Amino acid sequence: MSSADTLEAFKRDGRIVIVGASLAGLRTAEALRDKGFTGSLTMIGDELGEPYDRPPLSKQVLTGWVPADGTVLPRRRDIDAEWLLGVPADGLDLATNHVHLADGREVPFDRMLISTGVRARPWFVEAEAALDGVFVVRTREDAEGLQQAMAAGPSRVLIIGAGFTGSEIASICRERDIAVTVAELAPAPLVGGLGAMIGEVAADIQRAHGVDLRCGVKVTQLEGDAQGHFRRAHFDDGSTVDADVAVVALGGIRNTEWLRDSGLAVGIWGVACDAGCRAFDLNGLVTDDIFVAGDVARCPNPIYEYRFISLEHWANAVEQAEIAAHNMLSAQADRWPHLSIPTFWSIQFGINIKSVGVPTFADEVVVTQGSVPDHRFVAAYGYQGRVTAAVSFNNAKWLDHYRQLIETAAPFPPPCPTPDTPADAKPVPVDFPGPTLLAQGATVVVTGHDPGERRVTAMRQHR
Amino acid sequence: MKVVVDLSRCQGYAQCAFLAPDAFRMHGEEALMYNPNPDDVQREQVLRAAAACPLQAILVDQLEGRDAPVEATPS
Ligand SMILES: Cc1cc2nc3c(=O)[nH]c(=O)nc-3n(C[C@H](O)[C@H](O)[C@H](O)COP(=O)(O)OP(=O)(O)OC[C@H]3O[C@@H](n4cnc5c(N)ncnc54)[C@H](O)[C@@H]3O)c2cc1C
Ligand code: SF4
Repeated sequence: MSSADTLEAFKRDGRIVIVGASLAGLRTAEALRDKGFTGSLTMIGDELGEPYDRPPLSKQVLTGWVPADGTVLPRRRDIDAEWLLGVPADGLDLATNHVHLADGREVPFDRMLISTGVRARPWFVEAEAALDGVFVVRTREDAEGLQQAMAAGPSRVLIIGAGFTGSEIASICRERDIAVTVAELAPAPLVGGLGAMIGEVAADIQRAHGVDLRCGVKVTQLEGDAQGHFRRAHFDDGSTVDADVAVVALGGIRNTEWLRDSGLAVGIWGVACDAGCRAFDLNGLVTDDIFVAGDVARCPNPIYEYRFISLEHWANAVEQAEIAAHNMLSAQADRWPHLSIPTFWSIQFGINIKSVGVPTFADEVVVTQGSVPDHRFVAAYGYQGRVTAAVSFNNAKWLDHYRQLIETAAPFPPPCPTPDTPADAKPVPVDFPGPTLLAQGATVVVTGHDPGERRVTAMRQHR
Repeated sequence: MKVVVDLSRCQGYAQCAFLAPDAFRMHGEEALMYNPNPDDVQREQVLRAAAACPLQAILVDQLEGRDAPVEATPS
């Protein structure tokens, strides 16, 4: 049988299993059916209920406008799948092509997709994380609990971590007229994602809206009362804040533990894959049948020096789903690379923040148009003299222009495309707290001498 | 009915907020806040908004009214 015949047979009656039934998983399933896959499709997910959308959880749901169960994702088409929900996958056997479920079931496949995303990083002291009134926000249930706590009229909400999610929640507290303290270890909000200059703008905005913003401090302890309800937080500078609600917004942990013994290239940064979403094994060899998409994927981007980049962006999950589905059903010569420029949005304090490119891949940043004091501007990021990213505050219409600059490796700093050249358009160092894109330490050891026997073994992570 | 807006595509032109003000609202100058589960009485308005969006950023459920596709099998 030729490989074209095999592919046709696979499209007709092959078995595809998708692990992680959320945005990336659902969109991949829809695309597979759209592209003519008529074989069996199995959706495995540890959350109950239909796939739902997460961005509204920290926005429309927390304002009380939309109930937490009201963000179920619309379907583009029927996917005719078997759904195995409420049970996590806890292993993958590449020798026999089986997914192992926590209840002991084994699910065979010909090709599979890993789309297990990330979970919220919990507060580091378990007993304190378990106090009433302490929340994270990743799932529908998390958002429902926090919404109810906000509706109960807390005296104050403490938010730990001023990244995008923490800042959005702070914004909603102010909208609901709830007193809010934001604690952030970095010198300003959003610094990890957008750098120090934009961080200062974000800090001004938060303070102007009445947020009690405390930067450069670390929360060391969450204290509860006799009833086990959170009441007070202690900081490393000796100060305290009294509040009834604490929101732990310290980012995410990639859901890769279940793949630990699979022989795939997995780690705290996610599952490494090629630009076509095919997973790498530990040896750095690309697999044929295992694909990755969404927040859990770590994918090389040629535009950014082929570095492996993981993104927790909605649009990235949607785009990788399309690529993964296409490549699952294509012969080598017809595969597509995922080459799109990342995009992200966040809505906070009445401002539409959008970005294109990878702002952390930069050494300088400059405001290119608009006015920072009016909170309506675009800033461009550059790396070694070329444009690599841009962020807009209430100026989203311009981002396509910057996308083109990134795609064409246009020189940095770029000229202002409008007459509203900002007063002080001088590039400044971008100033990130750490080299966020670099791998964090060696995680494998190489064994064997002959090319036929050299292999890599994973080291257990000690964190 | 189920709705999702691809906000990375949306450029805040507000046509949707004009055509279906109960489901789509502008928040500040250009940020869009929408109801992902608007009431069925808004269906006509929402469909008109989706059709009018210059960036085709609004996706409305294509399966509504058909069999619910999910048979959850928790153990
Ligand atoms: C509060 C919040 C606000 C956000 N706001 C924005 C925003 O404004 N803009 C933006 O661009 N992005 C935003 N995002 C990010 C966006 O929601 C994610 O990028 C998107 O959800 C990624 O989809 P995914 O399918 O890859 O992963 P996920 O949505 O994380 O889905 C992974 C699924 O896999 C399941 N799973 C995990 N492990 C297993 C296992 N072992 N077995 C079975 N199932 C498993 C999980 O329970 C989950 O259902 C936000 C996210 C959150 C939480
Ligand atoms: S019409 Fe489309 S682009 Fe305009 S605000 Fe609505 S969703 Fe966004």
